[in-house]
Amino acid sequence: MKIEEEKNAIIEEFELFDDWMDRYNYIIEMGKTTDGLSDEFKTKQYLISGCQSQVWLTAAMQEGKVHFKADSDAIITKGIVQLLLRVANNRTPDEIVNEDYSFLDKIGLKEHLSPTRSNGLTSMIKQIRLYALVFKTKESQNNN
Amino acid sequence: MNLDIPSIRTDFPILSRSIRGKQLVYFDNGATNQKPIEVIERMSDYYRNINSNVHRGVHFLSQIATDAMENARATVRDFLHAASIEEIIFTKGTTESINLVAHSYGKAFVRAGDEIIVSEMEHHANIVPWQMLCEEKGAILKVAKVNDDGSLDLDYLNSLFTPRTKLLAITHISNVMGIINPIQQIISHAHQNGIHVLVDGAQAVPHTPVDVQTLDADFYVFSSHKMYGPMGVGILYGKHELLQKMPPYQTGGEMIKEVSFEKTTFNELPFKFEAGTPMVAEILGLATAIEYIQRLGISNIEAYEKELFSYANQQLIQIKGITILGTAVNKASTISFNLEGIHHYDLGSLLDQMGFAVRTGNHCAQPLMNRMKLDGTVRVSFAVYNTTDEIDLFVQGVQKAQLMLL
Repeated sequence: MKIEEEKNAIIEEFELFDDWMDRYNYIIEMGKTTDGLSDEFKTKQYLISGCQSQVWLTAAMQEGKVHFKADSDAIITKGIVQLLLRVANNRTPDEIVNEDYSFLDKIGLKEHLSPTRSNGLTSMIKQIRLYALVFKTKESQNNN
Repeated sequence: MNLDIPSIRTDFPILSRSIRGKQLVYFDNGATNQKPIEVIERMSDYYRNINSNVHRGVHFLSQIATDAMENARATVRDFLHAASIEEIIFTKGTTESINLVAHSYGKAFVRAGDEIIVSEMEHHANIVPWQMLCEEKGAILKVAKVNDDGSLDLDYLNSLFTPRTKLLAITHISNVMGIINPIQQIISHAHQNGIHVLVDGAQAVPHTPVDVQTLDADFYVFSSHKMYGPMGVGILYGKHELLQKMPPYQTGGEMIKEVSFEKTTFNELPFKFEAGTPMVAEILGLATAIEYIQRLGISNIEAYEKELFSYANQQLIQIKGITILGTAVNKASTISFNLEGIHHYDLGSLLDQMGFAVRTGNHCAQPLMNRMKLDGTVRVSFAVYNTTDEIDLFVQGVQKAQLMLL
C-alpha cells in the first residue's frame, strides 16, 4: 500500500468505532499483540526518553526502504507506535521525511502527540525522520 | 465548623465545565488548584479600575495600587504569622523563591567546603538550585534518606549535621506521596546544630495552618497557584536578620535607594529583593485567595480534606493489585499509586478520556522515584471542593481502566 492508502485505511478503521473506549481497546489490543523489541535492543542506544513513557526504536535500510522496529513500556504508547510504523515502515527516506503524521489528529489521538504528554511519541517522530535523513545522506554519498 | 461543600463548589466556575462530554473531576490540585470567582474578579477589577505602577507615582491610581499591594503583603504576613511585613517577599513562585535564597544566601553565607543538605523526597526545584550553588562554591551537597514507608529517616538526617553544614532545604509535605514531615522537630534539631532551614511549603499552605514563628523556619517558600490564587506569584518568607545580610538577587528599578555610576545603594526590605515592576494583579489575587481560605478556615479545610483522604484511601486499597506509595501514617490529601502490570501512562490516558484530571509520571521528583524503584505513579490530590462522590466515580473509573488494560 502506498503511504496515502495506508493512512486512509487507518482512518477508515477508526471511523468504525463509536466511542473512545472502542478506539482505545483497539490500540491497547494492538499494543498487547504486536511483537516489540527483544531486551537486547531495549538499551540506552535505542531509547527515546519521555518523562511519562519510554520508546525504543531501531532502523535498518534494505533495498532503498527503511525498516523500523519499536517498543514502549506503556501499552497505549506501544499501540500508537504501531500505527505510526504502519505509515512509516517500508518507505523510502523521502516519503518518511515528507510525511507529517497528522493523520493521528483525524483518529482522535491528537493529545498523545502533545509535547506536554512527554510520552516519547513526538521525539519518536523526530527520530524516525532523523533516521530517514541519515539513510538518505548515506545513499547519496554511495551514489556519488 | 462543617463546610458547605456544594456551596463552595459554586464558587469555582471551572468545576461546572465538562471534559469530552463528561463532568470534570479535578484531582490534580497538587499541580495547581482552581480559582474561586472572587480571585478572578479581583484580578479583573485591578485592570479595569486600578492599574497603575506601584511605589512610584504620586497620582491617585498609583497610590491606590500601592496601598492594595502593601495590604496584600500584610494579608500574607497575617496568614503566615510572620513577625513583620519586611519578611514577606513577593516572587514568581516557589521555584524563584528557592533560587533567590540559593543565590543570595549562598553569596553571603556559603564557602568552599561548606555543606548543604536536601532530601530524597524533594521536588527538583528544591534540588537543582542547591546543586548549582554547590558547584559554583565548591560546597558539598548531602542527601537525607527516605525510609521504605516514604517517611524521612530522621536519625540519618541528624547524622548528616556537621559544623560545616550551613543550610537544610526540605519540603514540609511531599508533593508525590503527601507525607508530612515533622518539620518543627527537624528545624529545632537543625538549629541546635547552628544550621539554617529553608522549608518548601508549596504543598503545605493550602492544606494545613502554617505559623512561621512557631515553626521557627528561617525561610518558608510557596506558590500562590497551589492555594486557590493566580499563577505567577509566590512568597519567600525569610527571617529579617538573614534577609538583611543577603545581597539582592536581581537588580534594577524598585530595589534601589540611590544610583550613580560610582555606587548604588539598595532599598530597604522587602523591596531590596523585588526588582522591577511587580505582578500587582497576581499579588492582589493571592491576597483574595488567602482571604477566601481564611473565611472557610484553614483548620476546617484541613479537617475536611482529611475525611476525603481517608475515604479515598479506604476505597482505593480495595482495588486489586493497587500499591500506594508511602505508607507512613502522617499524610495529607495526596495519594500516589500504581496498579500491578499497568503502566501509569496507560492508566492516566484512560482516566483522562473519562474526564478525570490526575497527574502521572515522576512528578518532578526523579530522585524519589529512583529511591522507590519506580518509573512513575498516578497521583490524585484533593482540594476543598472535591467530594466523596467524585472519589466513588474515580474508583469506578480506575477499575474500568484496569479491565481494559489487563
